[in-house]
Amino acid sequence: MVRETLNRQIHHILDETLLLGSMVEQAILNAVNALKLRDVSAAKDIYDEDQAINDKRYAIENAVLILISTQQPVAHDLRVLTAVLEVTTELERIGDYAKGIAKVIIKLGSESLPIPIREITRMAEVGVSMLHRALGAFITENAQQAAEIPSEDDEVDELYNQVYRSMVNAMISDPSIIDSANLILWIAHNLERTADRVTNLCERTLFIATGELMEMDTSDDESMD
Amino acid sequence: MTALTSTSDNNSFAIEARNVHLHYGSFRAVKDVNLQIKARKITAIIGPSGCGKSTVLRAFNRMNDFVPSFKMEGEILFHGKNIYDPDVDPVQIRQMIGMVFQKPNPFPKSIYENIAWGARVNGFKGNMDDLVEESLQKAALWEEVKDNLKKNALTLSGGQQQRLCIARTIAVRPEIILMDEPCSALDPIATLKIEELMRDLSSSYTIIIVTHNMQQAARASDYTAFFTMEEDRAGVMVEYDITSHLFVNPKKKQTEDYISGRYG
Repeated sequence: MVRETLNRQIHHILDETLLLGSMVEQAILNAVNALKLRDVSAAKDIYDEDQAINDKRYAIENAVLILISTQQPVAHDLRVLTAVLEVTTELERIGDYAKGIAKVIIKLGSESLPIPIREITRMAEVGVSMLHRALGAFITENAQQAAEIPSEDDEVDELYNQVYRSMVNAMISDPSIIDSANLILWIAHNLERTADRVTNLCERTLFIATGELMEMDTSDDESMD
Repeated sequence: MTALTSTSDNNSFAIEARNVHLHYGSFRAVKDVNLQIKARKITAIIGPSGCGKSTVLRAFNRMNDFVPSFKMEGEILFHGKNIYDPDVDPVQIRQMIGMVFQKPNPFPKSIYENIAWGARVNGFKGNMDDLVEESLQKAALWEEVKDNLKKNALTLSGGQQQRLCIARTIAVRPEIILMDEPCSALDPIATLKIEELMRDLSSSYTIIIVTHNMQQAARASDYTAFFTMEEDRAGVMVEYDITSHLFVNPKKKQTEDYISGRYG
């Protein structure tokens, strides 16, 4: 079998990408759990652990650049490697969302707030489930599975709307919590964006499988970004 | 050759192979090639050794005529005329469709004479000094040799010799330049100079290059044709596409395997 070296290194990069994905999934779940428990100490750990996610992303990016410059991959190999660059960027940004949630938890401290925790937890569960399966589809190059995942974003959007309405009502009834309630909305926003980024990841799986770069439709309107 | 020049050429193809089969004696070297070469573009022909890519290239200016057992079926259309028709003069074909070879092959004469000789033989009546300068300018060699035009061409470096051969080809005012592995004897810097030169020349000439170097095809060409051979060892064209498409998203698995180094 020719190109053993290239094959081995691409597999290593894909393994590392999966590992980065697990770190990010765990960070999001831990962040929402810390919110549920209002555990400032756990939030500080999540905040600090983001550095490991960033380091892993740069290590993968570096490995891809070395492979491109030394092995001159083309066609499918090249599509996989450029897709990895995009996917690791998306994962690192989702890691930043977990860090952002941790920052809010630290900022809120023990302040009493009517947090719609059930909806927020569900947003995280759906988002992480989408991410997990999107990564699986990416590694196995399962275009069909990748094409089906983005529509699940609708549930996340609906949950976001529920959180939004809930917090707006809370702010109307008690304007003194406006600042803190805005921070809760920020958490929901981060989780909503997590699901959006999963869609980008699915687009890369289609790219590897078909060679076509195309935007996948979700019902979400991102014009506010 | 009025037969070749009278047709107004409105289509964008410089030359076209239609149902071309090429034989050496009883051996079929190339099978059923259909290839339309775009005018004033660079087309690379890639493929493993023995796939018939050089044979196809040589068919484009009847260079295979020198091989006694060579036989061709099908048509190669240039200005709407099959260049293998009995009324076509192969010498004129080779003037309009020039070739640059793998190993630089300047005449053992002065740099000046290397350019002037072919033009003179072809009946050039204009100012020879101007033609020599213009051809060397176009081949990006003028600045390096302008003060030494009487020097023997064999004293030039390999890369300079190859550019001289390109200048010699240009001097007889061809429409198409065929290049058969033109950089295989050159170092990487000389190779890149030839590639840049090809890019400059492609605004005026159609270039078809056979290369073993896939990175060269990827870097230097607009279109790429991938050839391979079948079990009977006959060469076939597998895929022909815009170079950037072929190297990022080839349509055929055979192409994918070859360009990504998983052939064989």
